[in-house]
Amino acid sequence: MQSQATYNYGVVRQFAVMTVIWGVVGMLVGVIIAAQLIWPELSVVEWLSYGRLRPLHTNAVIFAFGGCSLFATSYYCVQRTSHTPLFAPALASFTFWGWQLVIVLAALSLPLGLTSGKEYAELEWPIDLLIAVVWVSYAVVFFGTIFRRRTPHIYVANWFFGGFILTVAILHIVNSCEIPATLFKSYSCYAGVQDAMVQWWYGHNAVGFFLTAGFLGMMYYFVPKQAGRPVYSYRLSVVHFWALIFTYMWAGPHHLHYTALPDWTQSIGMIFSLILLAPSWGGMINGIMTLSGAWHKLRDDPILKFMITSLSFYGMSTFEGPMMSIKTVNALSHYTDWTVGHVHSGALGWVAMIAIGCTYYMLPRIFGKNEMHSVKLINLHFWVATIGVVLYIASMWIAGVMQGLMWRATNADGTLTYSFVESVKATYPFWTIRLVGGLLFLVGMLIMTYNMFKTIAGGKAVNAPVLEPAHA
Amino acid sequence: MDINDLRSLFTVLTFALFAGIVWWAYSGQRRKAFEEAAQLPLDDDTPFIPDGPRGRDK
Repeated sequence: MQSQATYNYGVVRQFAVMTVIWGVVGMLVGVIIAAQLIWPELSVVEWLSYGRLRPLHTNAVIFAFGGCSLFATSYYCVQRTSHTPLFAPALASFTFWGWQLVIVLAALSLPLGLTSGKEYAELEWPIDLLIAVVWVSYAVVFFGTIFRRRTPHIYVANWFFGGFILTVAILHIVNSCEIPATLFKSYSCYAGVQDAMVQWWYGHNAVGFFLTAGFLGMMYYFVPKQAGRPVYSYRLSVVHFWALIFTYMWAGPHHLHYTALPDWTQSIGMIFSLILLAPSWGGMINGIMTLSGAWHKLRDDPILKFMITSLSFYGMSTFEGPMMSIKTVNALSHYTDWTVGHVHSGALGWVAMIAIGCTYYMLPRIFGKNEMHSVKLINLHFWVATIGVVLYIASMWIAGVMQGLMWRATNADGTLTYSFVESVKATYPFWTIRLVGGLLFLVGMLIMTYNMFKTIAGGKAVNAPVLEPAHA
Repeated sequence: MDINDLRSLFTVLTFALFAGIVWWAYSGQRRKAFEEAAQLPLDDDTPFIPDGPRGRDK
């Protein structure tokens, strides 16, 4: 009997488990800062004050939870669709330990107040260097695997994963260009409005490539797998990919409406944001229609429920985003809780739900089980999480529009009708509803953690055999 | 010709490139290749043995 080559599931297992763990940690910090907005006295020490925990929350959910799920799913997908084990397994293992070190360093340095002050890029220069090294290693492992593939085609999910890996490398390196002053302090290479533009070119493409292209890669592999049918339209997926690549890069200026940024740049940002509606909805329709002819599966498959609901939220937030990029709408929405609601409709509804669905798909397969320990608990998780997201975004919509209207209200003599603190006072009830929504989402993650450990406990680590390509 | 003409030219060229991609993706000759590619995630059933009889010639 010949020994059989197996896929490298070791690193997939590590990243999949840490996806759930960091999800719990990141969302717990989110719940804490949501509570601090209602009860400021919860800021007991400076290290745990709102201003320091908020970047910890965003980094933990985006780069720890989201990042681990991207590593896990891309490594799983690229091996299986290329019919070859991961290229450079030692380097793949390094990406896991290196990424965990980045996360731990972030969790230490941000509460200590060490920050470069750039949103979603707060980490100081030594950590930035480590991120760059890990990311380039990730690219080597991923593209090396593609290069060794035993199929004639590169499956579309891998195009999305590959686009995400390349673009994030460029974004991170360009935006983190900084001059170190001490070990813990650096200054950006850019100044003034150029610095702002580079930052939001980075910031919006972090949304566009880290939180969108990568997760669309998940959609294009795991939705067909779970539905048991090929993607609705492959050629639409090709156009979807290139349309995103050609438009996302230009949307960043919508974060800088009515600032010192030249007016024409703001208009370009707004127009490209509006154009983005087309590829976003094309992709959403492609994902949802994959289920066409098999809609009945939605009734009793909670993993599919997670995936299809995530696509619905993707459609909602990619409609809302272009609307909010219109200057006159932005004049009302910017700096209010509406933005926070929009982000979470994308982050909880789309990113987290598709990641959760894909993790539920992978866990039994990489731990040698037929299915998760409890399918009922997946269903419970789905409903708790969905109600949580709806409470969260609905309360933030109302709070945001209310704040925008109060801030712009003027009396007949031109003076402001409300002081700022009056809008804060009026927001308390909505912050409380938001806290409940966030808490529900966290409870869902705890249910998932329990389900995951029960699944792992009875199983053993399994590396599936490498499969022969169908038409080789 | 100043740099802004080059910028305009680049915008027009990338738009033409994108239109070309759409035309290519929807042309009939890609149909078979795309159908094969779409099956990739679903081709899951035959285990591969590196030097076995099935690994080489099938």
